[in-house]
Amino acid sequence: MMSYLSQIRWSPYAVGAGIGILSWFTFLFLKKPIGCSTAFARTSGMIGKIFSPKAIDEKQYFKEFPPAIDWEIMFVIGIIIGAFISAYISGDFKIMMVPKLWAREFGDSFGLRITITIIGGIFLGFGARLAGGCTSGHGISGAMQMAVSSWVSAIFFFVGGGITAYLMFSL
Amino acid sequence: MTNKKTLILGLFFGIIFGFLLQKGGATKYDVIVAQLLFNDNTVVKIMLTAVITGMTGIYLLKEFKLVSLYPKQGSFGINAVGGLIFGVGFAVLGYCPGTIAGAIGNGYIDAAIGGTAGILAGSYLYAMLYPKAFIKLNNFGNYGNKTLPELLRVNDWVMIFFTVCIVFSIFMILEVNAYY
Repeated sequence: MMSYLSQIRWSPYAVGAGIGILSWFTFLFLKKPIGCSTAFARTSGMIGKIFSPKAIDEKQYFKEFPPAIDWEIMFVIGIIIGAFISAYISGDFKIMMVPKLWAREFGDSFGLRITITIIGGIFLGFGARLAGGCTSGHGISGAMQMAVSSWVSAIFFFVGGGITAYLMFSL
Repeated sequence: MTNKKTLILGLFFGIIFGFLLQKGGATKYDVIVAQLLFNDNTVVKIMLTAVITGMTGIYLLKEFKLVSLYPKQGSFGINAVGGLIFGVGFAVLGYCPGTIAGAIGNGYIDAAIGGTAGILAGSYLYAMLYPKAFIKLNNFGNYGNKTLPELLRVNDWVMIFFTVCIVFSIFMILEVNAYY
């Protein structure tokens, strides 16, 4: 058992089946599908509230999605912990400033990588809110419910991502 | 269920999700970008297996009235445009909102600092513009919270069977290609 837990990689099929089964439990016990991106929106509101509480309270979005700790923020914090446990017990935990594949193509400047991650993050956060979900909320949870909105979104995640990755790495 | 219980359960389920993502390699920039370049199909294999496993289970639980489903509202306009913008960010950043949390747990500093700040800023920008800026886009091809079987007027289980068959065919093609 322990040797299995300390393996660096599991089969993607085993991991996927595990995530699917985990979904049964979130539907049963939390009455919620798994999702991650709304947690970032709520957190952005919580940060905004430090500077101007009134402006945040008046925004329609934050009336619908109050800027407060909810189960999904706890879920995202849990992901950090769970990934750390898995990486640590398999000896795969490593402080890394710039990913290997990135460094090979664009060099190992930390400043450049951080600048680009901020820009990428803005697109990611904005796009997730506009589409109404992310790779987990639409791509996994929504797709398993067979929601039309989720299948359309998930397909366009990979269309947009595929074209952009091609332009960045294959030209 | 009390609020506190919900938060603790959320944390617990998150720990399992993060553990699985890391074991699958989905917390790594190199794996995610290799997927977007279609050089390594790990991420798609994880997602599609999760979808068919989850789908069969939750629709079975729904037959026994043990769970309700929560398909999201949407329209072709917001899902396609939002999806494309998300996709650009997905490739540029190399993580998504769930896997970035896993990447932080894995020790990846670029994810922890730049990526998180960017996602927060992008979400905030959307919240500031909502709902006025998006009304037109939301009305373009609006299908509400319909599911595929509702849209196509077929039985849920016909659609599930069809989806499972397609996913298995995709897996077979991927594995055969990988073998040769």
